[in-house]
Amino acid sequence: MQKEYKTITKITGPLVFVEEVEGIKYEELVEITLANGEARLGKVLEAHKGMALVQMFESTQGVSTEGSKARFLGKTLELGVSEDMLGRVFSGFGRPIDDGPEIIAEKKLDVNGNPINPWSREFPNDFIQTGISTIDCLNTLVRGQKLPIFSGAGLPHSRIAAQIARQAKVRNTGEEKKEEKFAVVFGTMGVTFEEAQYFINEFEKTGAIEHSVLFINTADNPVVERIAVPRMASTAAEYLAFEKGYQVTVILTDMTNYAEALREVSAARKEIPGRRGYPGYLYTDLSTIYERAGRIKGKEGSITQIPILTMPEDDITHPIPDLTGYITEGQIVLSRELHAKGVYPPVNVLPSLSRLAPIGRKRTREDHEGLFSQLYASYARGKDVRELAVILGESALSDIDKLYLKFADEFEDQFIRQGENEDRDIEKTFEISWKLLSKLPKEELKRVKPEHIEKYMPKS
Amino acid sequence: MSESSSSKIIKVSGPLVVADGMKDAKMYEVVRVSDKQLIGEVIRLEKGKASIQVYEDTSGVGPGEPVVATGETLSVELGPGLLESIYDGIQRPLKDIEAASKSPFIARGIDTPGLDRKKKWAFKPIVKVGNKVQEGDVLGEVKETTLITHRIMTPVGKSGKIIKIESGSKTIEEVIAVIEGKNGEKHEITMLQKWSIRNPRKYKGKKMPKTPLVTGMRILDTLFPMVKGGAGCIPGPFGAGKTVTQQSLAKYCNAEVIVYIGCGERGNEMTDVLQEFPELKDPNTGEPLMKRTVMIANTSNMPVAAREASVYTGITIAEYYRDMGYNVTLLADSTSRWAEAMREISGRLEEMPGEEGYPAYLGSRTAQFYERAGYIECLGSEGREGSLTVIGAVSPPGGDLSEPVTQNTLRVTKAFWGLDAKLAYRRHFPAINWISSYSLYLPNVQDYLKKEIAEDYMDIRTTMMGLLQEEAKLEEIVRLVGMESLSSKEKLIMEVAKMIREDFLFQNAFDATDAYTSLQKQYRLMKLIISFYKEASGVIDQEDFDFVKLQELSVRSDITQASFIPENEMKKFDDIENDIKEQISSLR
Repeated sequence: MQKEYKTITKITGPLVFVEEVEGIKYEELVEITLANGEARLGKVLEAHKGMALVQMFESTQGVSTEGSKARFLGKTLELGVSEDMLGRVFSGFGRPIDDGPEIIAEKKLDVNGNPINPWSREFPNDFIQTGISTIDCLNTLVRGQKLPIFSGAGLPHSRIAAQIARQAKVRNTGEEKKEEKFAVVFGTMGVTFEEAQYFINEFEKTGAIEHSVLFINTADNPVVERIAVPRMASTAAEYLAFEKGYQVTVILTDMTNYAEALREVSAARKEIPGRRGYPGYLYTDLSTIYERAGRIKGKEGSITQIPILTMPEDDITHPIPDLTGYITEGQIVLSRELHAKGVYPPVNVLPSLSRLAPIGRKRTREDHEGLFSQLYASYARGKDVRELAVILGESALSDIDKLYLKFADEFEDQFIRQGENEDRDIEKTFEISWKLLSKLPKEELKRVKPEHIEKYMPKS
Repeated sequence: MSESSSSKIIKVSGPLVVADGMKDAKMYEVVRVSDKQLIGEVIRLEKGKASIQVYEDTSGVGPGEPVVATGETLSVELGPGLLESIYDGIQRPLKDIEAASKSPFIARGIDTPGLDRKKKWAFKPIVKVGNKVQEGDVLGEVKETTLITHRIMTPVGKSGKIIKIESGSKTIEEVIAVIEGKNGEKHEITMLQKWSIRNPRKYKGKKMPKTPLVTGMRILDTLFPMVKGGAGCIPGPFGAGKTVTQQSLAKYCNAEVIVYIGCGERGNEMTDVLQEFPELKDPNTGEPLMKRTVMIANTSNMPVAAREASVYTGITIAEYYRDMGYNVTLLADSTSRWAEAMREISGRLEEMPGEEGYPAYLGSRTAQFYERAGYIECLGSEGREGSLTVIGAVSPPGGDLSEPVTQNTLRVTKAFWGLDAKLAYRRHFPAINWISSYSLYLPNVQDYLKKEIAEDYMDIRTTMMGLLQEEAKLEEIVRLVGMESLSSKEKLIMEVAKMIREDFLFQNAFDATDAYTSLQKQYRLMKLIISFYKEASGVIDQEDFDFVKLQELSVRSDITQASFIPENEMKKFDDIENDIKEQISSLR
């Protein structure tokens, strides 16, 4: 039986100070019982001799220095895991909120996990077909990668994430794959009820819920609980992937809210802030989430991560997208301009990048490498011309520039734009690509091999 | 190891632990924290209280647990077996961590030595009994890998007469020599030696570096050269290709030993390096690259204090090989993560912050680190010379170069290779900006290039730089009024600058032939472009000259393809030179 302390001396924001404590440990879980008997959880953020600084995961509303009791649980924050979690919805804290029964845990895992030994990692190399041309062809996703979506307020990142979750499958040409087990682990942090509900409905509608685990923290849930969500999700994912052999896709939305929660705790601790008030350890903290994606030697399963974040004021240099970009293997950037033009998915092709794409491209078709490079270069040129046309007027453009301008327009309309339920396979994407390129003069196509032009270009 | 029972933890805050009863502790002494035996280092002492940065995760550690001082400072083990190893930030082999953790996840409190104690090495003595040796003198050799002969040196601080020298198969802990000092004291020497990572290793003196470090990357070698013993930095926003550039350097630069520090970077990236290096062949020797490489991988999610230590661990190992008389290149990716680790620890110590929360000593620490680079005369009586080149990647937040880490680095590095997101967006790689980058080593390598490669190397380079500068100016005009308004001369400049960019500066790091270009070939390549420029300058002044004809010459595509000409077919360059002359004169 653990001791109960009635020595809460100070409460500030999400932080509670408990004095005269003994034998407490750093990161240990703390249960604070209110006068009315309600119990809330927190963890030890700083362990001093005789004093504990506790960060509450839930609201501190109603906690008082008199009458509230603190109990140190002797363990760190854990998640009881089991395959029965599939198809279930949990709170950000790992408690079922879907009226289903409690999960009978196979084992309990520390949600902080341990870092994967770089030596034990297996390099990602299976091409994942998402059915979205801009991702498959230009920013190829591979299994075990972490590829975030950099979005902005009001852009359709949720729909894209749901589409990826729905359509993603491994396509390795040449080899027959045996039956594989798929799972989606989904965590929301501070999103609106509607947004969370959109995902739940979407998953239910397509039956995807059967192989999904959802951790839901909405805007009205406690802010600090958001700090637990990605760790809960990653722990569930690691269990499914590395112990049960599932191919797991983890979707986390919205990482911006996560970072704000972190800032809130940091501010309450009066820590010296780094850039824009975010704590100096934001990079390290984010990396302990993102780096939990990957593959491990000798294990069947894998974790592919698609975190979503909204860039404040669409500013990619803001600390959250910036530090994320330094950790993740690329980024899919969404464009307000394309969205305003009514193009779905509004993927901003030029700043988007998948660092692992060269591996993915080797796994598709021989012409992929050249096509990628050519489409990218031609579209970039087309966009330059478009800018030029704004200054000089379209009539001042040279003939070749006019062709590029037309290419850029058609590229956006036929290649980038696609239906929300359109699952374009990679061959279809290639077909569209060649059709678009065929409208440019052949001399301009320096990045595709001549023999591929011969083989794949539609003869007009 | 003495356990003072009164040393107890009184505070735990992330990687920082404070213990009291630590009166006997010394600064930077290594301690074992808590019952879990976590490794830590004393970083502040105050009235018997010691602040300790812990190199492992501290969750579950609490006040009242013991702290044990080891009496040693944080050191690396030096000796045969370093090459081909992959370490974490405090020199624990990742492979052994895996075995000890019995899991792909890193467990805590693992104590594995940096070097294999059981492996036997064939020790070949060089000195004889009766020889007098001083510190730094080579006692004998071990063939460490097919590429590197490991020289066992007389440890720093030891000198005297050899009274015993062994030969043959030995482990690193067996005595291989006994030296009798001035006062008759006997020093037993083993191949295993230790060195405290925060102290630079001793050398006789520094010299001006004069030989270029050939990297095979055209924009670096020709435009912004590095020297053996120099210091350089690669700042750039994410996605601009810092890591690819660093890896290219690690693969192709003509140093004999490479130390690669993955400091706070991606796990998958390290895995890529780990898988690729053993398979890649060194272009200079044809042996697997791993045979000359020591790798330190402390990924971003591994403990932050170990990340702080990782650059010191790496540079000490690099200095050790330098002391043997090798040219060593150290690549640190990324030093910003190291600075952030310092900031995090400093914040927990509640130190007064400098700019952007970084500690006030960021500048001096950065300077100390880069000053460990240099071309040196080694200790010992043989007059060996060695060099240590340090190249650090910097990850400025938001690509903003005015931030403290970049600024402090610029103060102490003499080559600046600025990566540019705009170039990367255009998929121009390596995305090094040729306008903003610079190298102050240009005068150092001038003589070498003139003597070894070609008399007019520097002149051609200057012409090329001039054209690129011109282009940058003209581009402004073109943007405003269009290409048509330019004179033929200006059009030619634009055209040739484009050739320089696309046919010379652009280099595909993933193409086997293109990834590495020798200095000789670099010279021939740029000469082609400049010949084209000179010849064309002679014809464009003709009345009614049709510029398009110049663009349509078939030799243009030959120049484009020239970077793919194998190193042993240099004669092909002569043919292209001739074609340039012929085809352009036909336009007269």
